[in-house]
Amino acid sequence: MRTYIFRLEFMRRPSNTRSRRFYVGATLFALVLLFAGCANNGPQDFLNYQAGSNAEKADNLWDVTILIAAVIFVVVEGLLVFALVRFRHKPGREAAQFHGNTKLEIVLTLVPALILIGLLIPSIKTIFDIAHKPEGALEITVTARQFWWQYDYDDFDFATANELHIPVGQPVHLTLKGADVIHSYWIPRLSGTQDVVPGHNNELNFTALEPGRYMGQCKEFCGLSHANMRLIVFAHPPAEFQTWVSEQQKPAAPPSADVAEGQKLFLEGACINCHAIQGTDAAATTAPDLTHLASRETFGGATFELNEANLAEWLADPPAMKPGSLMPDYGLSQDEITKLVDYLMSLD
Amino acid sequence: MSTHAAAPEHHTSTGLDNTKLAMWAFLGSECLFFGSFISTYLLYRNRVVAGPTPHEIYDIPYTSVSSFVLLMSSLTMVLALAAIQRGDQRGLRIWLLATSFLGLVFVGGQVYEFTSFVDEGLKVSTSTFGSSFFVLTGFHGAHVTVGILMLLALVGLSWSGRLEPSSEGARKVELIGLYWHFVDIVWIVIFTVIYLVPTNPSA
Amino acid sequence: MATATGSLPRRGLLARPTAKTGVWGWMTTVDHKKIGIMYCATALFFFGVGGLEALAIRLQLAQPNGEVLTASQYNQFFTMHGLTMIFLVVMPLGVGLMNYFIPLMIGARDVAFPRLNAFSYWVFLVGGLFLYSSFFLGGAPDGGWFGYAPLSTSLPGHGMTFYSLGLQILGVASLAGAVNFIITIINMRAPGMTFFKLPVFIWMSMVTSFLLLFAMPVIAVALFQLMFDRAFEANFFNPAAGGEPLLWQHLFWLFGHPEVYIMILPAMGIVSEILPTFARKPIFGYAAIVFAGAAIGIMGWGVWAHHMFAVGLGPVANSVFAATTMFIAVPTGVKIFNWLGTLWGGDIRFKTPLLFSVGFVALFIIGGLSGVSHAIVPHDAQQTDTYYIVAHFHYVLFGGAIFGIFGGIYYWWPKVFGWTLGEGLGKLHFWLFFIGMNLTFGLMHIVGLQGQPRRTYTYPEGMGWDFLNFIETIGAFTIAFSMVVFLVNIVISKAKREAAGDDPWDARTLEWATSSPPPEHNFDTIPQVHERDDFWYRKYGSPHEQPQPVIAGGADGHEEHIHLPSPSYFPMFASFGLPVAAYGVIFFSDWSFAPLVIGGGLLWTLLSLVGWVLEPGTADE
Repeated sequence: MRTYIFRLEFMRRPSNTRSRRFYVGATLFALVLLFAGCANNGPQDFLNYQAGSNAEKADNLWDVTILIAAVIFVVVEGLLVFALVRFRHKPGREAAQFHGNTKLEIVLTLVPALILIGLLIPSIKTIFDIAHKPEGALEITVTARQFWWQYDYDDFDFATANELHIPVGQPVHLTLKGADVIHSYWIPRLSGTQDVVPGHNNELNFTALEPGRYMGQCKEFCGLSHANMRLIVFAHPPAEFQTWVSEQQKPAAPPSADVAEGQKLFLEGACINCHAIQGTDAAATTAPDLTHLASRETFGGATFELNEANLAEWLADPPAMKPGSLMPDYGLSQDEITKLVDYLMSLD
Repeated sequence: MSTHAAAPEHHTSTGLDNTKLAMWAFLGSECLFFGSFISTYLLYRNRVVAGPTPHEIYDIPYTSVSSFVLLMSSLTMVLALAAIQRGDQRGLRIWLLATSFLGLVFVGGQVYEFTSFVDEGLKVSTSTFGSSFFVLTGFHGAHVTVGILMLLALVGLSWSGRLEPSSEGARKVELIGLYWHFVDIVWIVIFTVIYLVPTNPSA
Repeated sequence: MATATGSLPRRGLLARPTAKTGVWGWMTTVDHKKIGIMYCATALFFFGVGGLEALAIRLQLAQPNGEVLTASQYNQFFTMHGLTMIFLVVMPLGVGLMNYFIPLMIGARDVAFPRLNAFSYWVFLVGGLFLYSSFFLGGAPDGGWFGYAPLSTSLPGHGMTFYSLGLQILGVASLAGAVNFIITIINMRAPGMTFFKLPVFIWMSMVTSFLLLFAMPVIAVALFQLMFDRAFEANFFNPAAGGEPLLWQHLFWLFGHPEVYIMILPAMGIVSEILPTFARKPIFGYAAIVFAGAAIGIMGWGVWAHHMFAVGLGPVANSVFAATTMFIAVPTGVKIFNWLGTLWGGDIRFKTPLLFSVGFVALFIIGGLSGVSHAIVPHDAQQTDTYYIVAHFHYVLFGGAIFGIFGGIYYWWPKVFGWTLGEGLGKLHFWLFFIGMNLTFGLMHIVGLQGQPRRTYTYPEGMGWDFLNFIETIGAFTIAFSMVVFLVNIVISKAKREAAGDDPWDARTLEWATSSPPPEHNFDTIPQVHERDDFWYRKYGSPHEQPQPVIAGGADGHEEHIHLPSPSYFPMFASFGLPVAAYGVIFFSDWSFAPLVIGGGLLWTLLSLVGWVLEPGTADE
């Protein structure tokens, strides 16, 4: 009886062309869908494209895992389909009455265990590899707040928000601090996620391997605008990075005459309670540092393109644009908004 | 074969009584309940950001006395069970009342302890220590209170003649007794882990 | 509690309910079969509600910058969708089927504690309604089913307080049910039904019940801590006061991972009954499949931190939990091989229950493989909290648990109602469900690997997610349509009412030995069990004995008068106090009389319990 169980007896049956055509068509459709999906190369796609050390190491493990998984998938699902077709009810068929096969069951327990050990060893090696803090890393402190990121460049003594600039080839060491609830820092093409937990100083080490603009976002649900807590990492060649750093280290230039009124509104209004602009009296740190706001591409948790129209819409009613925004609607007049926008857009 | 679907006490597959097994299962579940609260306390006892630290506020001699009272109630509970097992309903009532009284003294002591802690500046909202202390010992006190209610219910049943003099009556007393002893044992753990193990606020 | 006590006076507080039919008959019933039906019907109602929430979510995400839901509505919907499907659908459907079939399959006349059983149901019902009442009282829970602190302690409104108390109430129901099932299986087996003759479904029910017994108190503690933080200014999770956000995660997942097995093991048990019936062979490797189930139950306690690979536990802890997570795949694999072995060499009849069971196996393989990929910690850091995870657990819980449960519904329907669900519409239901399921969740694997995070109410254009999200929404509506087919099938089949007979599938276990539907007392004579799959061998003979006459219930000529537990008002009454007390906690700071409401609710439950205790289990006749 045992030999019978494993005698592979392939279907010998005249095929039905119409149903075969249907199955071929359905399979093709599924494959097209699969490849159309997989071949995609969106800005947060980490399946097809990696540009950072951690992302690359993770992907190397993934390639092995998905290959093994694919083989197991085809074999096991194949056996399932085969069994269903081969042993389907036909007049005269008698079910073989056997209760098990101890040897086979032991083999089928040990083989998966061995495969899993094979996957586990390189995985653990990589876990320790990624956790190791490299020499000569650029130190940056990331503070996560609802719903934006503050970056303190500890080596250079300045702060910025949402858009992180790093040099290519040099490791970075991020110290992740939580100010309110749990967030998670994630730049898919550079590195896997690291949670930001209040009361803990988590760390994330990685190296950008290619220059570029990499999108990411908060990955731990953090409230109303979790979807709008995005970020961008710019990886520059070292010289370009140095230029950027020296620009950022400067305080804001004194306002020209046409935006002076805007600055006055800023410094005398509620803005100063939360925001900082280096070189002015504004020095609060509970909201993004705006010293070089105009040098950024985006604002509001890297969610909105930075331009005058968007900024004006924002100032008119921040929570309407970004649900749950901690910056309230201050009821500014159209005139005040225009002046503030002009001033803010001058902060390059 | 039993003709009672819901009366399987004498005809269970294992020969063990259904209600007694159920009580054991429930107490197993309770172990994880108190275990989780005790773990929470252990996590927080050295993390006092504001307000008094555990050993600034504990009055160990006082709590030792109330712990001893609760421990003695286990003894009277055993005597209550022994009484009904020899068919002595009056003895049963006396010992059950004694057990309830000792339990009440313990709960009263806890209420007094809580009030004095609040006076000394430790509330649920003061610190993580305050939260984990009051909620853990409060839930234990609630368990003791439920136990007292069950003991008094047994006294009532005995008084009104509804508690069978047979082994059926003894089974009910034993069941409540299991719960009562469990609550006592949990207190021994709490007293040891929370009051007696020294804290180290500098850590 | 109901031995013949003869001369002792025993009266309850209220006149004993006597209705056997009609509304009061259902409300006061302690019959495990009626309670099972109520469990399943209530859960299927919530399945519809949770499904509508899912459709709203899919509509919102069908295209970038969707405007179907606001951020606030989206957060409430995805939270309630998860809570509903887990606590109000999958768990109670499993419990409902266990309720109906554990006594029948072990040859008992009822569960060990019939009134406790009714209490479980009523607490489940009021818990579910309580949770949903939040929509009308200032907003539903909006912090995710996982309720991570300190977000869950800091979200405004009453939503997360409803969460902490609603789940607490539902936990009472689960705990009472678990104790009841454990004692029933240990102590109410028919003579000769030794543990290794128990059907696999009974084994899986027992493992599930033990998991509930030990997991519910852990989440109860976490929920109490959340409740005290929200309602009474405690500091359990307040980082400013030294509170530890990770404490919540440890407690939650220490419950949460066993919870996954609580949901999947009953379905595994169902499939292990259906495959042998329709392959007309005994289960392959009975001992292995039972031990694998128990092993999953035990190992399930050692993997919780794989939900926390990204929180910064350090490389050592992450490696340990990677290893335990890998190895829990071994017993899971054993089960899959045993199901294949059960089909192998069979004479497979392609009835609807079999299709759903095979669908379960096929989809569970995918969920299992993607599960192993989470143990590759460095890559888990990429895929965690993306739609890849959403895909994974829907393959396990929707493709797995729900397919298995629907297999059970089609399989046992004729036993419960005496008529069979139509095969044609049943198969249409299966195929639409199967295709819709793969379309929706299969593509989520890909879109997750393309970086789409979960729990986000919107996404911008240009991320490359538009097309797949649109197809996923089509898939979701395909699933919804398949459920319409299911309902139509019920209506049409009910109109036809084709008598099913006692044993329509030529099945193997004892529930088929009684009539369809079974009489209130289940069996005229409690069967004497000689074999595993005893009923099969009664029909066809075994190596040890000749075929015996098949016993059936419902026939005339009872050999003895059977006392059944009598209906009671008190289980239902007792449940009503719990939500009342919970409302008192929720509006503690809003109502000056809130302490009275809390006390009143608890007192009501206490008095109901007193009435319960004073009332004998079986009324004197």
